[in-house]
Amino acid sequence: MTDKKHKLLEVKGLTMDFGGLRAVDSVSLAVHEGEIAALIGPNGAGKTTFFNCVTGIYTPTSGDILLHPKGLETRRLNGFKPNKVTEMGLARTFQNIRLFSGMTVLENVMIGRHCRTYSGIFRSILRNRSVREEEQETIETSYRLLEKVGLEKFVNEFARNLPYGAQRRLEIARALATDPFLLLLDEPAAGMNPYETSELDQLICRISEEEQIAILLIEHDMKLVMKISNPIYVMEYGKKIAQGSPFEIRDNPKVIEAYLGEEVDA
Amino acid sequence: MLREFKQSILIALWFVFLTFPLMVVRVNTIENVVVWRWENILWVAIGAFALSYCWRYMLARRQRQNKKAEEGIDTRGPLQAALDNVELRNRAMAVLLTLALIFPLVFDTYQTNIMVTALIFVVLGLGLNIGVGLAGLLDLGYVAFFGVGAYTYAILNANFDMGFWIVLPIGGVLGCLFGVVLGFPILRLRGDYLAIVTLGFGMIFKVVMENWETLSQGPSGIANIDRPGLFGIEMTLAQSTVYIYYIMIALVVLTIIVTNRLKNSRVGRAWIALREDEIACVAMGIDMARTKLSAYALGAFWAGMVGVLFAAKTTFINPAGFTFMQSAIILSIVVLGGMGSILGVILGAFILVLLPEYLRAFSEYRMLVFGAAMTLMMIFRPQGLISNLRQIYQYKGSKDKAAHDG
Ligand SMILES: Nc1ncnc2c1ncn2[C@@H]1O[C@H](COP(=O)(O)OP(=O)(O)OP(=O)(O)O)[C@@H](O)[C@H]1O
Ligand SMILES: [Mg+2]
Repeated sequence: MTDKKHKLLEVKGLTMDFGGLRAVDSVSLAVHEGEIAALIGPNGAGKTTFFNCVTGIYTPTSGDILLHPKGLETRRLNGFKPNKVTEMGLARTFQNIRLFSGMTVLENVMIGRHCRTYSGIFRSILRNRSVREEEQETIETSYRLLEKVGLEKFVNEFARNLPYGAQRRLEIARALATDPFLLLLDEPAAGMNPYETSELDQLICRISEEEQIAILLIEHDMKLVMKISNPIYVMEYGKKIAQGSPFEIRDNPKVIEAYLGEEVDA
Repeated sequence: MLREFKQSILIALWFVFLTFPLMVVRVNTIENVVVWRWENILWVAIGAFALSYCWRYMLARRQRQNKKAEEGIDTRGPLQAALDNVELRNRAMAVLLTLALIFPLVFDTYQTNIMVTALIFVVLGLGLNIGVGLAGLLDLGYVAFFGVGAYTYAILNANFDMGFWIVLPIGGVLGCLFGVVLGFPILRLRGDYLAIVTLGFGMIFKVVMENWETLSQGPSGIANIDRPGLFGIEMTLAQSTVYIYYIMIALVVLTIIVTNRLKNSRVGRAWIALREDEIACVAMGIDMARTKLSAYALGAFWAGMVGVLFAAKTTFINPAGFTFMQSAIILSIVVLGGMGSILGVILGAFILVLLPEYLRAFSEYRMLVFGAAMTLMMIFRPQGLISNLRQIYQYKGSKDKAAHDG
């Protein structure tokens, strides 16, 4: 048991129906401590839907989502509200960027601190010492996160004025601000140029190593996936069709077919 | 510029042509002659030209500004820039407060009374601003909370002889409670649906008050409500008005302080985030139900409080005083002033309450002017008169980053 890593997230037979459409069909996967796992598959495979189920945006039709925080008891996440899921230590980013566009870059990250801070209405009105200290703490923490993702020069800029790649990194910073132990990234490299992508893969590796945060990422950029993630899970039409190390995945005939099939369509 | 000029001339000609039969030709049926009023051509032409030119100029200006804003150039007007300067702002506040304090000493009861009305709408605007401006929850029935406060005082005063100062907080709390109760069913609604349901709530309040005679004495209303007391001192009408005025100033100051602090706090940020993107908000760990309800309840709280004061001021209330019109005016105050901007809302309240008061001559066209002003506002300055002041954060540019991270 000593070399076996702690299992953080365990999904068993997850199924999600939209009316007659089965978007996710009994998918099982697990993310262990220290891992950068990837979930890949052609467009419409159900990857984002899978994320939405895990993070509480959708309530899955059936299956189990189990979270095993280190040192705490196991929780079944089905039916939890998204904010509860985030509070338990599972943060995410969105495929179609969902920043608070009318707020500044710093404020966006500060929102991430919300679930880790406590000042309520009455204390905010009184604005006593502890409230001010907490606020300052929030600001400092958020600023440091911006430095970490390399956005400190935009600190007072409105989020909507940021370049695309920077917006994706801001989403990561905002998610990190919630103090997660597991981070779900939905296509973090989408729309980025090769240079930005290589910066991003370094950032992801750094987060994984320095912060001890496990990562599950959805990505279409195969180079990135093959380079940084292990294991890789492959989905097609809602079903999991393969899982394994990058090498196993690369040579898996089912995966090749799924992807070639897509290329013929395109 | 030249192009705008040319187009305006074309439009002027077109209008001259269009209105020719109406403005120029006139058949005098008595003498059976046609009167040609050529001078009218000139007026139509000048009028159409001026309007069209203004319109084009404003649109072009706005486009230029948008472009500049995209390039990151400072587009603030002189007023906005002055307001962003903290020291200047504080000084202006001090001057304004002094002016406000000596106002009733300089002006007569009539003017003071109008001012009280304006201040009431300031508080209402600031309260609604929490929901609409900060949290983005459109509320077309806000006046109901105002009514709850007013009726709370009227009923408690008439039946139990309770005084103004005791009921003031009760009114606020009851408003708050109604806010929570009405807030629950609309947690999931957004946009148009929210607008319609809240509109309904506003209507329901009025209908209930009209028909629940035992409680509210129906459409005839409740009269002889006590004015605010001051240690049992007898006061003349004029003195009482001044007294109410000062209470109102205190209430306004309190509202400003509280809303300002909330706006720049953890709670206020959550409200703004909720307005920006609900799904991202919950995904970042913010409890949507709680945040929405708190915004609703807090907005209703101020309406309830100021409702009590309103009842004490007028000494008579009836359901007809709490119509959709009032809700619309309060909402207009927020929109005109600038959503989320405290100073803007204050300015908006003064404009929308005082202008109609002093321009009695146009009172019949009030709603017309209102509508036109709002439409123009949406086209040329959708952010309102004064846009939201940005909070400035102080942070250490941490060069000692490693120390923190380690
Ligand atoms: N809210 C919804 N209601 C109905 N159908 C949905 C909904 N969300 C997703 N779907 C459907 O579920 C299927 C899977 O969609 P999903 O967004 O999960 O794919 P994906 O793997 O993330 O694709 P992509 O790589 O393009 O992001 C698609 O057929 C989609 O149309
Ligand atoms: Mg997707």
